[in-house]
Amino acid sequence: MTRSFDFRTFVMENIPLIGLIVLMAAVSLYSPNFLTVDNLLNILRQTSINAIIAMGMTFVILTAGIDLSVGSILAFAGAVCASMIAADTPLIVALLTTLVIGAALGAASGSIIAFFGVQAFIATLVGMTMVRGLVLVYTDGRPISTGDFDVANSFYEVGGGYIAGIPIPVVIAGVVFLACWYVLNYTRLGRYVYAIGGNEQVAQLAGVNVSRVKVIVYAISGALSALAGIILTARLESAQPTAGLAYELDAIAAVVLGGTSLAGGRGRITGTLIGALIIGVLNNALNIMDVSSYYQMIAKGAVILLAVVLDGRSKATSK
Amino acid sequence: MKKLFGLATATAMLLGSTAPSFAADTLALVVSTLNNPFFVTLKEGAEGKASELGYELLVLDSQNDPAKELAAVEDVLNKDVKLLMINPTDSDAVRSAIRAANRKDVPVVTLDRGASGGEVVSHVASDNVQGGEMAAELVNSTFEGTAKVVELQGVPGTSAARDRGEGFNKGIDAVEGLSIVASQAADFDRTKGLNVMENILQAQPEIDVVFAHNDEMALGAIKAIEAAKRDILVIGFDGTDDAVAAVNDGTMLATVAQQAGMIGALGVETADKILKGEAVPEYTPVPLKLIQK
Repeated sequence: MTRSFDFRTFVMENIPLIGLIVLMAAVSLYSPNFLTVDNLLNILRQTSINAIIAMGMTFVILTAGIDLSVGSILAFAGAVCASMIAADTPLIVALLTTLVIGAALGAASGSIIAFFGVQAFIATLVGMTMVRGLVLVYTDGRPISTGDFDVANSFYEVGGGYIAGIPIPVVIAGVVFLACWYVLNYTRLGRYVYAIGGNEQVAQLAGVNVSRVKVIVYAISGALSALAGIILTARLESAQPTAGLAYELDAIAAVVLGGTSLAGGRGRITGTLIGALIIGVLNNALNIMDVSSYYQMIAKGAVILLAVVLDGRSKATSK
Repeated sequence: MKKLFGLATATAMLLGSTAPSFAADTLALVVSTLNNPFFVTLKEGAEGKASELGYELLVLDSQNDPAKELAAVEDVLNKDVKLLMINPTDSDAVRSAIRAANRKDVPVVTLDRGASGGEVVSHVASDNVQGGEMAAELVNSTFEGTAKVVELQGVPGTSAARDRGEGFNKGIDAVEGLSIVASQAADFDRTKGLNVMENILQAQPEIDVVFAHNDEMALGAIKAIEAAKRDILVIGFDGTDDAVAAVNDGTMLATVAQQAGMIGALGVETADKILKGEAVPEYTPVPLKLIQK
């Protein structure tokens, strides 16, 4: 057994990261406006929303589940939060209430999956549809502005402010990342999540309370979707009834790009972060290079396909 | 006797077709919803024109429900209506209602939203191409013929995005000093308007004005421009409440608005022509207006 640096193994294990670096290098050759501090912070800020959702989605997918309701929960949380801010609710109360609502909506989906044996795809599809309906009822189909109180100005900072030159959404995403990384790697809950995804029956036999873990996992996903909804609403100073449409697809793409298996049990939260960055860089680069919108979708699909195929091959060969 | 009767009907028909004001024919207007100021204005425009031309106007509200819409159409077809004007709740769902009118030989005119099936004599709706041209003219007059322009497009492939973009590009291309430095889709969405505009701001050091295919994207772009502390004017499209408020407080230069009342009025005018046997175009464009401070 050699301890020396094995370049081939390193490449095989870090396909997503290398893909991100190659992509960034290619774009910076093409456009001088890409690799600037301003634009990199801009990309991080735009990516933070998808990254936060995708980190919750990672928990779900690690248990071999899926959560399609994230976009609807994001929109509902945003709408509730905006109306609370507009009613001059203290900031901390509004934020915590919104997070609890998101967790509760997620836990509801999780309970349907855990206790009624409904497949995650179906249960969260139902959640996605019903919560979107709630959003439309609650907002009456119109945007909700956060209003003119002082609390609205401090609320804007959640999405538009900076801490030591770093956009606050990026700071929040960083904290969420560290928390998720810690939970998945150093806590019992993290081990249970991997165990359930690896083999649910074995986990059950080994004494893991599978139902409870599932409810917790979907609650985490719901709460993080609500957090993303708060940031989005703060950035726009208004909540949109159509916010978050198709966000579940970007989140799932980020998780899969990061090398997490849709079959569950295998994957890393760092991969998800890189996956989200690949999508963020791609969106930014296509805009900066002024690529025609008709070609953008083809380009996005091609990059995702390439990354997943390369990653799949590296896993197959390293076995 | 028989001859006399024939003469009488012929006279009645003649009178009926040349002077509808004597007969007070009834037109039906089925509106998708009256719970939205836009469609209330549309209805009022139709009512005004109908009384001017001497028609009875029967108005029914579908409450955004295709089932209620079909029931409303079936109800009016059982009364003696000469023509059906319909503002569909949904282009596909309205087809069965239109076929019901076709079976009874009642001519149909669609307002604002088109139908994907059934026989429709004429469609009356805003002229999006002209709206795009108006925005380009405003850019031209505001910047006296020299400006770097960004275009935020709607969902690629939709008729609104295509038409508004076509008119705008035509107007910009016609003036030598105006150039579009970036043209990107933000899917009619405020969040995407914000993100896409942020990216374009990174790429383009010089931008004078943004034209967005709808107000939602324009409002998102304004947030991006404010955060970047750049000095760029924004033009939207639709004249939504939020956008009109933004125009009034000076954050938005203008919004191109549809004239709901005129859609209703032109609908009745078209109906009048059809009943008089005059030829009408398949599509009657309704002009838009610029809302500025």
